[in-house]
Order: sequence, then structure tokens, then C-alpha cells
Amino acid sequence: MKGISRRRFLAASVIGGAATTLTMSKKAMGAGTFEGYPEGMGVLVDLTRCVGCRSCEAACNKEQKLPEPAMPFDDPSVFDQTGHGGQKRRPDENAYTVVNRYDPPGANHPLFRKLQCNHCNEPACLTSCFVSAYTKTREGAVVYNEKVCVGCRNCMIACPFQIPAYSYSSAFDPVIKKCIFCYDTRLKYGKPPACVEACPQGVLTFGHRKELIKIGQDRIKARPDRYVDHIYGETEVGGTGWMYLSGVPFEQAGFDTTLGKEPIISNVKEFLSTVPMVLAIWPALFTGFHLLARKKGHADEDHSHESQEDEKS
Amino acid sequence: MKNLIESGVPIVDSPTRGKGKRKWSLGEKLLLGLTPRQYLIQAIRNPLNWIIGVIFAIGIPLIAGRFLFGLSFVTHSSNDYPWGLFLAFGLFAMVPLSASGFMLGTTVEIFGRHDFQPIERLALLNGLLGYFFAVVYLLVDLGQPWRLPYPMVVSFGTAAVLFLVAWHVATYLSVQVAEVSASFFEWIGWLPGKRFIRKIAIGLTVSGIILSTLHQGALGALFTYAPGKVHPLWYSSSFLWIFFFCSAIPAGLCMVIAVSTIVKKTMAWRCDEEFLDKLDSLTIGLAKGASLALITYLAIKLIGVAHDNEWAYLATGWGQWFMLELFIGVVLPIALFAWAIHNNRLGVIRFTAFLTVFGIILNRINTALIAFNWKLYQEIPHWREVVVCLTLFAVYLVTYRFILYRLPILYTWREQTDTVEELAKEKITYPKGNPAPVEMFRSMDD
Repeated sequence: MKGISRRRFLAASVIGGAATTLTMSKKAMGAGTFEGYPEGMGVLVDLTRCVGCRSCEAACNKEQKLPEPAMPFDDPSVFDQTGHGGQKRRPDENAYTVVNRYDPPGANHPLFRKLQCNHCNEPACLTSCFVSAYTKTREGAVVYNEKVCVGCRNCMIACPFQIPAYSYSSAFDPVIKKCIFCYDTRLKYGKPPACVEACPQGVLTFGHRKELIKIGQDRIKARPDRYVDHIYGETEVGGTGWMYLSGVPFEQAGFDTTLGKEPIISNVKEFLSTVPMVLAIWPALFTGFHLLARKKGHADEDHSHESQEDEKS
Repeated sequence: MKNLIESGVPIVDSPTRGKGKRKWSLGEKLLLGLTPRQYLIQAIRNPLNWIIGVIFAIGIPLIAGRFLFGLSFVTHSSNDYPWGLFLAFGLFAMVPLSASGFMLGTTVEIFGRHDFQPIERLALLNGLLGYFFAVVYLLVDLGQPWRLPYPMVVSFGTAAVLFLVAWHVATYLSVQVAEVSASFFEWIGWLPGKRFIRKIAIGLTVSGIILSTLHQGALGALFTYAPGKVHPLWYSSSFLWIFFFCSAIPAGLCMVIAVSTIVKKTMAWRCDEEFLDKLDSLTIGLAKGASLALITYLAIKLIGVAHDNEWAYLATGWGQWFMLELFIGVVLPIALFAWAIHNNRLGVIRFTAFLTVFGIILNRINTALIAFNWKLYQEIPHWREVVVCLTLFAVYLVTYRFILYRLPILYTWREQTDTVEELAKEKITYPKGNPAPVEMFRSMDD
């Protein structure tokens, strides 16, 4: 068989390899660490102060021009609502923040917890997005560009807090809906988000993330009987912009306490780092196999298609 | 079809009808050399067509509804389970089953095992169609499918695993189109195209291996974004991509055995003698390869459990489900393959191949759907989602059959007439030759 000369074969495999390398080289570099901006803002949520009035939900609804909810914001029966799968309420396309009620064992009063995007330092949604629709702004907000979103919903898979929601009901323009820290209307101008301003109980403290950690530590130090000695979000998944103080163990307030300190992308890096190795090693490896296989015997003899062509030439 | 052939209808397997007589026209090739009436009759007689017709009657309106009214029309529109059955089955299970293309491409072209050649084209086609329909499933699932090319041209999320998947699947799909196009060129009778493909075959195969290794693995790596959501037994940040890649090897090989079994049963008329004669020994060869890959897969799965020290989970209900999956899809196939290969029991080998295919599908659905959000609740797909999945699978079957009936996949295009055709071509290019090329062909036909 004279069909494929070694040189032609090598050239072909180099082209194949180069084509893939070109598409990949950017990615390998993209796998760096992003640790959040030093001047990033955040909010400290003190669950011991929350009374479940849902003023924050109402303010968010107004600020973000979301549709009117089925039940008014002063109706406490929403706390007993459950969604698909019997879960407590979660943020969705019509509500970027929700307050849920928990009944920790042994406590004589219920506990309320506000849920919204935690605005991670190294957001999983951002690192999982293949069209780079997410941005972590200098002010600390994780915002989303709906103009490039393809709708793969990988960000929803990746978010450890189950925050991004999708407007499934829209046929022609479905997009991700989530809290954006009121970035466009407020945060950009140095103003706190609408929910913080609306809170009558002082549950929400807006400020530089670094200072919020100090405030949290001071509160725990001043009232160790009142607080659990942990600020949720200080280290979770690489640190979050929104952080929580609680009077009961965090898992009793519906928090996932098994997330660890590493940002989500750390789990993916092992794979990402093998990519350039495969690209570099495979072409030579399989070229070698091919050359060995050819040298060894006359395996090509019963290559019927090939031999037919040879007869012709 | 079988009856028709028995009644003396010729089969299209060469450029000309009969011995060096009239050339088949494209229309005749499309109708398999039958008259339109004969073609319709054989289609109506086939009970499978009726079943598919019923599926289409229910499913196609639902697909239309999905695009007119949004995903919420066919799914539970769950924010907790953003990826439902479309991706769990259509993407995560179809892609490993389509690893056949690169596996046999490697065997034949790289390792020079040309004895596997009769089945190479079937494996390549199986790969191409599997990938193509994985993309079809993806298009149904994407919120804005018309933006599918965005990661290629508009905005680049270069750190994302999905970016790699998108690029690699797109590139590999084109590689597979090129690989399969050799048969298409033979069929339409454009030999320069075929020769060009043969020349770049090795380059295509090597890039196929690279792309396959990476994106088969990348599909697994997609779930490493969800460490808290996928049950620890199915999760491994270090090894998940290797699990997916390694299990794609037996998946692809067993899919070829499974498809060739169906083909042999239902369209033997279309297979040539070489294919039918060698199929049994090739099946054993494929089964040996699949066994080795399964043993490796079992070993690394156990290493995965040991590496993350997840033994305690095995005692839970999830552990039993995990062990059942491994037993049905891996341990049992290893044992059955070993026994059947040793005793030359082809029926058992073929059954085991189907079992392995089922095991891989189960693994992917487990990872993407059943063991996903294990701390939350179990998502049961909407019935419309299931019907849409079935409908797309029926479209896949129809396309598969359409191509197998026509292109020289299961049979060798009889090329002894090549020379005639070549001569004809050369004559046409002669400026002083016959003014109307059509006349040339006509005179040849007579």
C-alpha cells in the first residue's frame, strides 16, 4: 500500500492537533484564580434580627420591576408554601429574593432567612459559562448579560446555592433571572440595594466586604450567647459578598454547610489541566502506534478498499 | 423488502443497473431501485413504520409546542433540575454510545487491523448519527437554540468546560462528516471526493482520538461543577472525566455489536456476504475489546470509591443503587462476555452488548438526573418530556435506516465499473469530444 506516506500522515496529524490546540490554548490560560476585588461591597445578614416581614421582597419586586405576586407581601401564609418537589420557596424569575421560615428544634420562635444571590468572590456561574455572560464587577456584584446567553443553564447546575432561575415560560427570549445586587440602578452609584434600604429591623448591613467581616466578628465577640461563632460566607466556596450571622447552627436555617472553602472551579481544574497534556501527547503517541503497527507486519494486505484503489492507479 | 428481492428486484449496490448496463439515476437510488409504487408498498407493510407513525403523531405536535410556548410546555421547568431528560439521555448517554466511530477508526487506521474493516463504516456512521442527534437533543433543550454558534463567534467563555465541549463536538462532528462522506461520494459516484477522504483518513482519525478523549471526558467534567449536588458515589473531582471517557469505550463497541445485530436481523438483504460472513468473528473481537475496557472501568470506579473514601456510602440505599448499576452494567457483562467468548456463544455476546449499552445509559442518567440533587428531592420528568425524547429517538432510527438502506455502509460498492466511469469522465473533459456529455452517458447506457 502506497496510499499514505509517512510525511503526509504526519502533516495531517499535525494539522489536526494544531486545530484543536488553537481552540484550546485560550482555555488553559483561562483557568486561573479569581479572588474577588479588594474594594468589593457586600451585605451582612443578621438572622437573629429578622422578623419575616418581607419588606425586602416587596422592595426588590418594585426596584426590579417584577410582576405582582399572587399573594400580597404581608400575607404570612406564603411561608407554608412549597414549590416543585416539596421544597421551600426559592428565588425564581418572578422573585429575586425570598424569605423563608424555619423552625429550629428547641427554639421558642421561628427563624427567618432571606435568600438571594450571594455574589461569590469566584462565582461558579461565571466560571461555568461558555459564552462569558457573567461578570463580577469591581463593586462586587455578579451581573449577567442576557444578550449572549444561549440558555444552556450550566450556571444553574454550577451554583452551589441554587440561585439562578430560568424564565422557562418564555418561548422566544428565555433568560436567566437572578439578583444582581441592584447593580444598574444603585450599586454602580455607591448606593445600597433596595432590600437593604427597605429593611425596618436593621437585619441587612451594607458595606465593604472586609469591614463587614470585622463587624460580624465584633458582634459575635460581644454576644457569644446570641450568635454561632461563624460567619457563613466568609470562607464558603471561596468567600461570598453576602454573608450571614445566625443564632442557631446554620444547617438548621437551611444552609448547606458541606460546601467547603474552595471555590467551585477548583474541582474542575484537575480536568482543565489535563487538556493541554492530552493535546500535546496524543498526536505523537498515536502516530507512534500507527508507525509501529505498520512496521510489524503486512497488515495492510487485506485492506480491500485500499487495494482496489491501488489497482486503479 | 426481502420479499421484493426474492421476486427478482435488483439491489442498488453499484453505479450501474445489471452488468455494465444503464446507470442508476439518483431518484432510483433514493427509491432503492424500486418503482415508487413498490417502495410505498414495502414501507406500508413494515410494522415498525406504523409504530413510528404513532410516535410522530403524538410527538411532533409536542415538539412544535415546545418551540411555540417555551420549555415549560414540555418540562416541569425546574430551577433545581435545569438539565432534564433531554440532556441526561440525549446528550450524556448518546455521546458515549457514539464513541464507536473513533474506536474503530483507531483500530483500523491507526493499529492497522484491517480485518475490522467490514464493520468500520457502520461504526463511523453510528458515531456521526449519535453525535448529530445529541446536538438535536441539545437544540431542543437550549433556551435559545438559535444562539448555538455564540461560543464560536460572539462571546468566549474560555474557562468553561462547556466551551471545550461545544468546540470539540462541533469539530468532531465535521471530522465524522468527512469520514462518512467517503461512502456518500461512492454512492453519488464522485470518486475524487472519496479519494481525497482516503488520503486524509489518518489525520482525521488522529484528530478524532484527541477530540473524543477530551470531550467524552469533558462531559463528565461538567458535573465537577456540582460537587455538592451529585451524590459522592457518582462524583469525583479527579476521576469523573476518566470514568466518562473510559466507559465510552465499551459503550461505543457494544453499540456497534447491538446495531449490527439489529441490522443482521432486519436488513440482511442490504448486507453483503463479506459483512455477513465476518460479522460473527468481528463481534467476538469487539466483545474482547469491550471486556478489557469494562474491566478497566470497574477497576477505576473502585479506585474512585477508595480515593475519596466513600465506602460508608455503599451501605446506604444510594450505595445499593450504585452497586446495582455497576453489577448490571459492568460486572455482569464482564462475566457474560468472558463465558460467551470462551464458549463461542454469539447470542450471549450480543445480549451482553445490549446489557452494557443499557448499563452506560443508566450510569449517565444516574449522574445527571437520579443521583443529582440527592439532598433535595427526586425529579420525575414530565410525560411530555419523555414523549419528546422518544420522538427524537424515532427520528434518529428513521434517519439511521434511511442511510443504511442506501449508502455503502453494510456492503461494498462494487467498483469494477469505476474504470468505465473514469473513462467517461476523461472523455467529457476533452474539448473536442462529444458536445453533449449527456449523450455520452446515453450511448454508454445502451
